[in-house]
Amino acid sequence: MEITGVDLMKAAAYLGAGIAMGLGAIGPGVGEGFVGGKACEAIGRKPNEAGLLTRTMLVGQAVSESTGIYSLVVALLLLFVV
Amino acid sequence: MMNLDVQSTVSLASYVGAGFCIGLGAIGAALGEGYTAGFACEGISQNTKKSGDIMKNMLVGQAVAESAAIFALVIAILLIFTDPGMVLTLLSASSAIGAGLCMGIGAIGSGIGSGFPAGQCCLGLSRQPAVSGKLTTNMLIGSAVCQTPAIFSMVVSLMLLFMDFSKLPLNPNWAALIGAGLSTGLAAIGSGMGGGMAAGSSCQGIARNPGTTGPVTTTMLIGQAVSQTPAIFGLLVSFILMFKGFPESTSLAAAMAPLAAGICMGFGGIGPGIGNGFTAQYAVTWVARNIEEAGALTRTMLVGQAVSQSTAIYAMVVSLVLVFVL
Repeated sequence: MEITGVDLMKAAAYLGAGIAMGLGAIGPGVGEGFVGGKACEAIGRKPNEAGLLTRTMLVGQAVSESTGIYSLVVALLLLFVV
Repeated sequence: MMNLDVQSTVSLASYVGAGFCIGLGAIGAALGEGYTAGFACEGISQNTKKSGDIMKNMLVGQAVAESAAIFALVIAILLIFTDPGMVLTLLSASSAIGAGLCMGIGAIGSGIGSGFPAGQCCLGLSRQPAVSGKLTTNMLIGSAVCQTPAIFSMVVSLMLLFMDFSKLPLNPNWAALIGAGLSTGLAAIGSGMGGGMAAGSSCQGIARNPGTTGPVTTTMLIGQAVSQTPAIFGLLVSFILMFKGFPESTSLAAAMAPLAAGICMGFGGIGPGIGNGFTAQYAVTWVARNIEEAGALTRTMLVGQAVSQSTAIYAMVVSLVLVFVL
């Protein structure tokens, strides 16, 4: 097959988008899961504080999500803008 | 570059695929079995009188963990020796590599994961020999669910080996078949390990508090079920890549898009699978310790797991965009 400049750019962009979102999903997945687990432990120790603990869990998970969002943004940029 | 005929290229790819298959597949089962044996030793040191039971339990648990590696061995032997009996094209070469990678990588997570419940069961037997029946049952249920991602990988490998792809054009489809293998194989790592973590803590919890067996097993099964979803996303993307015949194209970009889709969903399944496993692990531990709060704990576990799942969904969206929109 003839590989031209534009074609090679697009091929690299698609591969980059896949790697970006793929690897980028690993960290937030593990991190947020850990938060969820420790929140369950805390609620097991102090069930009365379930509301406060759930809120803390969600805030913590949202911050952990941020790098996943960066990956998504870069992947979409590579797919649609480049 | 030598000019190889089709048969030689396919054989070349099959042998490399077989190598990856058993080489990678051997990793997980060995790690899991080692974990099991280590905790069996600790258990025997704490309760020497029960060493016979603990040893039996260790061997049973290790046998379940071994099954992932046996799947990999079967696929490797098939790759080396089988003549699929269909018209060979260069696509068969890429499906051979895809099959080898799929089963090899897919066996890692299930092997490691199945080691956790077996190890905790051996330790629990040493502390509470009276509940050996419940512990062994729980270990077998948990390990069996943990093997599902390896089974998904074997299904995809067998499909890649034996389905007839000869009618499809070579150019984008060579990458689609490799992507199909990577998608299920990689996503299975996370789900296998995550399911195992939940099962491990359920055996530990039942050993501490035998009266809570029912709710603990239920919570474990719910947690494991959510933990398996990234592997199911991976399986879905694999099926799409195998069954959507990509039209002929001369560009490299058209080939990189399905390959990138497979890589994206594959890696994207690892983190959420493990994360869901962490959440389920702690939830199950605390259901065993605080049985009245089982409802609140299960709810919190599901909310936490749902948020953790979000990056797997982003990865699936990017994969589907790569397959269908570009």
